[in-house]
Amino acid sequence: MIKLINIELYKIFKKWRTYIGFIAITILVPVIEFALKIEGHKSLDFMTRDLQQSFVFIGNLLNTYFVSYLILNSLTVHVPFLITLVAGDLLAGEATAGTYRLLITRPVSRMQIASSKFIACIIYTFLLIFWLAIISLGLGFLLLGTGELMIIRNGTILVFAQNDILWRFLLAYGFAVLSMAVVAALAFLFSALVENAIGPIITTMAIMIIFLIISAINVDIFQTIKPFLFTSYMGTWSMFFDKPIDTYEIVKSTLVMIGHIAGLFGLASYIFYKKDILT
Amino acid sequence: MGNSFDSEKIIEIESLSKQFKDLKAVNNLNINVFKGDVFGFLGPNGAGKSTTIRMLVSLIAPTDGVIKIFGKTLKRHRSEILSNIGAIVEKPDFYGYLSAFKNLEIMGKISGKSISKNRIMEMLELVGLGKRYTSKVKTFSHGMKQRLGLAQALLHDPELIILDEPTTGLDPQGMKEIRELIIYLSTEKQKTIFLSSHVLYEVELVANRMIILDKGAAKVEGNVKELLNSKNVHVTFEVDNPEKTKSLLNNTIWIDKLDTSAKGKLIFNLSPDEVPQLNKYLVQNNIMVGAVIPTRSLEEYFLNITKKASE
Repeated sequence: MIKLINIELYKIFKKWRTYIGFIAITILVPVIEFALKIEGHKSLDFMTRDLQQSFVFIGNLLNTYFVSYLILNSLTVHVPFLITLVAGDLLAGEATAGTYRLLITRPVSRMQIASSKFIACIIYTFLLIFWLAIISLGLGFLLLGTGELMIIRNGTILVFAQNDILWRFLLAYGFAVLSMAVVAALAFLFSALVENAIGPIITTMAIMIIFLIISAINVDIFQTIKPFLFTSYMGTWSMFFDKPIDTYEIVKSTLVMIGHIAGLFGLASYIFYKKDILT
Repeated sequence: MGNSFDSEKIIEIESLSKQFKDLKAVNNLNINVFKGDVFGFLGPNGAGKSTTIRMLVSLIAPTDGVIKIFGKTLKRHRSEILSNIGAIVEKPDFYGYLSAFKNLEIMGKISGKSISKNRIMEMLELVGLGKRYTSKVKTFSHGMKQRLGLAQALLHDPELIILDEPTTGLDPQGMKEIRELIIYLSTEKQKTIFLSSHVLYEVELVANRMIILDKGAAKVEGNVKELLNSKNVHVTFEVDNPEKTKSLLNNTIWIDKLDTSAKGKLIFNLSPDEVPQLNKYLVQNNIMVGAVIPTRSLEEYFLNITKKASE
């Protein structure tokens, strides 16, 4: 199995599309951080304008933690697209290239093939988020320095001391990997269904957009649907920046995400197992 | 040329069927391939050859029937069986963004056997790609991919080799080399070879046993020489004066065997024994015979078989 995972990772990292995500993050994050270094104090003033009459803000608030938090906030919109580029190609790409015939006529089971591909995709997802963390925090440290992390959520100011921040980021990035793994599992399912990689990428993104819109709109009719949409749980990473942390909600969201991954991967594997290879 | 070394069955196909919605691609097919056979699997396009091969290598699941390979059912012993099969299924496709060597290295790693780098190079040399081992496969011609397909099929030294139209897209020299390789594998390496083709001539040159498939069902099966020699062939006689020749033949038994004539060529439907007899007769009667060309397409042979069956 490890041999198969290594082969799949080798194949993933030999395709240029794999690097689109890394390149996008490498360009986008520094641009945001440079922009915030130059103009960020204006944004911060704007964000805190109502509070400045009651509070005095001192210290380096526009620091690497604050910027990294903002960047992580945009994760649900941008990174899923980068994940689907790879995940949607995993099985459908083999069908398009005709290489299913090479793989499946070898003494490895279809379950092993599906598992190794999915695990390799999860490793890719982890590396992409890890790269996001390195660039966000690392470059932010060099450009903006450190300081206390101040977050304003629902009109409440939350301030975290420097020695109370990194572990929260670590868990937040960990949960981000889990969220993105659900997106990967969804794209993987569509990849098992069709024989062209474009279909899974577009379908996954379409579903993401629809679910995100439903999750964001506060209409009564959507309230009953929301608990069943995985996108409703994707923002759970921000709960690691609560005081106190709502452990119950985090565990619940984690289980929902794991359940989605297991269900989507299980269905994809079953479809792949039953599939007649005609390409 | 292959011979059944003994009665050990390598492939046993019993009542195999495959239904695709409204299409019955394979219909109650029974095949036995013995150890050491070069088994010709013939049929026109759409006869069900590739579907059968896809079932043999577990790319698609049969609707009905049993496939046994090396005496074991494919369904239960899939991995064990596939570790001893090398196959080219339809057109050879590889990871275009990887080199020929890397493609084979990947295939070797999942072949169930330990494949050394020397073995990979040996196979690439065997198929004439030794100097292109670092080239990306996307730069290869169809013929080169076909050769690489052969290399991957032979890489893990399998006992059974399944080749689905292996000479498609090759130039005449390439076709000849593939035929020689098949004969070498059969005679020198004692491999069992299951060779799919729609070219009877190709099968005739290398196979010892064959089956002809049409509309998913077997039409004829048996020893290649016995099957082909017992049938009439179309023979083209190129003569200096066709009209004089036809007049000469008018009151003989040969006129009934004359099929068509055009542009100095007379085409007869003859048994193999009759070819030299007619040639002798024409020469003795001062007809200059420029060439005697036997032609036997699968379609003709196939039509003969179905005609005989309907009679």
